[in-house]
Amino acid sequence: MRSAATEGSQGWIEELRSEGPARDEAIGRLHALLLRAARFEVRRRARSVPHLRGGDLDDVALQSANDALVAVLAKLDRFRGQSRFTTWAYKFALLEAAVKVRRLAWQGREIPLEPAEWPRFADSGSSPSAQAERGELLGEIARAIETDLTPHQREVLVALALNEVPIDVLADRLGTTRGALYKTLHDARRKLRRTLDLEEERGQAND
Amino acid sequence: MTDDTRAQKELVRRLLGPAEPELGCDECFEELDRYVELEVAGTGADEAIPGMRAHLEGCPACREDYESLRALVESQT
Repeated sequence: MRSAATEGSQGWIEELRSEGPARDEAIGRLHALLLRAARFEVRRRARSVPHLRGGDLDDVALQSANDALVAVLAKLDRFRGQSRFTTWAYKFALLEAAVKVRRLAWQGREIPLEPAEWPRFADSGSSPSAQAERGELLGEIARAIETDLTPHQREVLVALALNEVPIDVLADRLGTTRGALYKTLHDARRKLRRTLDLEEERGQAND
Repeated sequence: MTDDTRAQKELVRRLLGPAEPELGCDECFEELDRYVELEVAGTGADEAIPGMRAHLEGCPACREDYESLRALVESQT
């Protein structure tokens, strides 16, 4: 039976750090909570994996809860009490489930690293003015991507921002991390912004 | 706004990302639970965690994690 002490975050931490049956019981409750969160997430994303059946989705949720339990127990010292313990724990289960479902949705699919879409946005000459202006901006961006970015920055920007490959799927394929890839994306975007600002200034100076 | 214009605008947004300073993915994950609780409570999440909102605009994966955590927390209050 759940004791009053476990109602709050401190109760969770104390019981998970204890020994014996109290800890086992707390771990059981934590796993149930993580499984609830993982199922919530898998349900939200089920449409992206139409080839998976109900039983497969349950397996994904269970595996996500198991992995999240390991992560939460390993990171207990990093819980700072700035949110409820349950909210803190939920995010591990949601992350595990989201990453697994995204991987399954992209399993066996080719990761497009080339800008197959470029021609579409360079060709907007006959559009109404606002669209033409936007098309012109896209044309400038396309040129800046070709000339200003390193090959790695170009590959990452094209895959993530243009072809909408999920960042953790790309991280898996390139053998890197989500954080490192986002840093590359961020640097590439900053370079593009800088180039476009410079070009704008140059254009104004020529007027 | 036509569908084409909307698609172009969205593409520009994805390619250029947010103009404001933003957190990275690891910092975002670190702060996500606090941010969601502050937001649900309506107590100045963006002021408390600068750079979070910009990152959520620039990173679709973190945005999805945020939306899920927020939906889950809200479903239980």
